[in-house]
Amino acid sequence: MISILRSLWQVLLHTFQPRATIQYPDEKPYLPPRWRGRIVLTRDPDGGERCVACYLCSVACPVDCIALQATEDESGRRYPEFFRINFSRCIFCGFCEEACPTYAIQLTPDFEMSEYRRQNLVYEKEDLMINGPGKYPGYNFYRVAGLAIGGKDKGEAENEEPPVDVRSLMP
Amino acid sequence: MNEVTQSLLIVIGVLFAAMTVSAGLIWLERRLLALWQDRYGPNRVGPFGLLQVLADMIKIFAKEDWIPPFADKPVFIIAPAIVVVTALLSFAVIPFAPGIAVIELNVGLLFFLAMSSMGAYSVVLAGWASDNKYSLLGGLRAAAQMLSYEVFMGLSLMGVVMLAGSFNLREIVEAQRGMWFCVPQFLGLAIFLVAGVAETHRLPFDLPEAESELVAGYHSEYSGMKFGMFFVGEYLGVTLISALTVTLFFGGWLGPWLPPLVWFFLKTFVLICGFILLRATLPRPRFDQLMAFGWKVMLPLALLNIVVTGGILLATK
Repeated sequence: MISILRSLWQVLLHTFQPRATIQYPDEKPYLPPRWRGRIVLTRDPDGGERCVACYLCSVACPVDCIALQATEDESGRRYPEFFRINFSRCIFCGFCEEACPTYAIQLTPDFEMSEYRRQNLVYEKEDLMINGPGKYPGYNFYRVAGLAIGGKDKGEAENEEPPVDVRSLMP
Repeated sequence: MNEVTQSLLIVIGVLFAAMTVSAGLIWLERRLLALWQDRYGPNRVGPFGLLQVLADMIKIFAKEDWIPPFADKPVFIIAPAIVVVTALLSFAVIPFAPGIAVIELNVGLLFFLAMSSMGAYSVVLAGWASDNKYSLLGGLRAAAQMLSYEVFMGLSLMGVVMLAGSFNLREIVEAQRGMWFCVPQFLGLAIFLVAGVAETHRLPFDLPEAESELVAGYHSEYSGMKFGMFFVGEYLGVTLISALTVTLFFGGWLGPWLPPLVWFFLKTFVLICGFILLRATLPRPRFDQLMAFGWKVMLPLALLNIVVTGGILLATK
C-alpha cells in the first residue's frame, strides 16, 4: 500500500522533469562525426577521384547494394565507370568504408534521405560524389602508393625508395 | 414553456458537456501520460495538439466498420451502444450546481448503481457476440470483475447515505456543508475509488482488455465507430466516476469564492487526472489477485465501514 502511494508520488514528480523527446523536424538531433549515415564518394586533395574501382566495398557489402564497373583512363588510373548504391537496401553497416583501401567511400552524418518513389533511392555516381576529401583531408592514394601511373613512375611516391635493379651486383 | 426550455437546455448542456469532456479526455490522457513519461504526446494538430481529437474522429469515421461474418450480428451492434447509453443516463442524476441537474431522483444513487451494473452487460455481450476466444475471455473476466466489484461499490456508499440520510444526490451534497464526507468516510472513499477504477475497467484493473494477454479483450473484433463507442464509453465512465466521487465525498459544487459550476468541474478535473496518474503508475495485477483482493480485502473493509459508521451514528444520536 505504502509502495503504491510512493510510486504514485514519484510518477507525479515527473511533471517537473524535462522531457526527453527531441522534436525532430523542428529540432535536429546531434549526430557525431562518425555517424554512419548517407554514403558518399570523396575526392583527393587535387580533385581527382579517390575510388580505384577495386570492388572491395561491393564484396564486403552484406546486402549487395553496391554495384560498380572498373575502367582505366589514359594515364593508367583506375576509376569506376559507374558506381551505384541502392539505398533502399543499404543497412548502413559501414563495412564498405572499412573495406575501402583508398578512403574513397565514406559514411556521413546524414539520415534524411526519404523519397516518395523507391527508384529515387538508387544513387548514381554523380549523386554520391562530393567535392572534397571527407574525413581524411590531405590523403592522396596515388601519391602514397608505389603504383606507376602517367606522370609518376615507380619510386617517385612519398617515402618510396627508387626500385632496386635486381640484375646489378652493386649495393 | 419557460420551464420546458430550461430543462431542455440543461439536458442538451449536460449531454454536450459529457461528450466534450470525454472526447477531450482522449487528448488529456495522452498528454498527461506523456508528461509523466517525460515525453510530449500529441502536440502537432492545432494548439497543444487539441485538434488531435478531431483528427482521430475523422479517421475513425473513415475506417471500415467491419462486422465479422461469424459474429452474432444484432448483439454485436447493440453492445457498444449500451456502454455509452448507460454512462450518459447516469449523468442525468448528477447535480452539477444548485438547480443544474437533468433530473432530481430521490433514489439517485441507486439509479447510478443500477446503470453501472447495466454497463457490465455491454462488455459481456460484446465479448460473447464476437465469437472469438480472446473476446470471450475478456467478456468472462469483465463479468466476474464487474459483478464482484459492484458488490462493495454499493456497500462503500452506504456510509455516505447513512451520514446524509438520503439517496438524493443533491441532498447528499447539501449535507456536506459542514464537512466533506471524504473526512468521516475516508475508508468509503478509498473503497469507492478502487471499485470505480474496476467498474470502468481502467488500468490497473483493465483485465478485460489486457493488451498483453488478450489482444484487445472484448473489443478485439470491433472496428470503426463501434470501437470508438467503447473508447468514448470508457472515458464517459471515468468522467462519471470522478463526478460522482466529487458529489459524494468532496462536497460537489460547494466551495468558497468561485461559482458552484466551476468548483464542480475543477474537482472533477483533479480526480480525472488522478485516474490517469493511476494508469501511468501501476501495473496490472493477475486475475486471481484481483478477485482475491476484491472479496477478501475490499468487501470486509466495506462491511466494517458500514458497521463502524452505523455504530457511531447510533451512539451519537
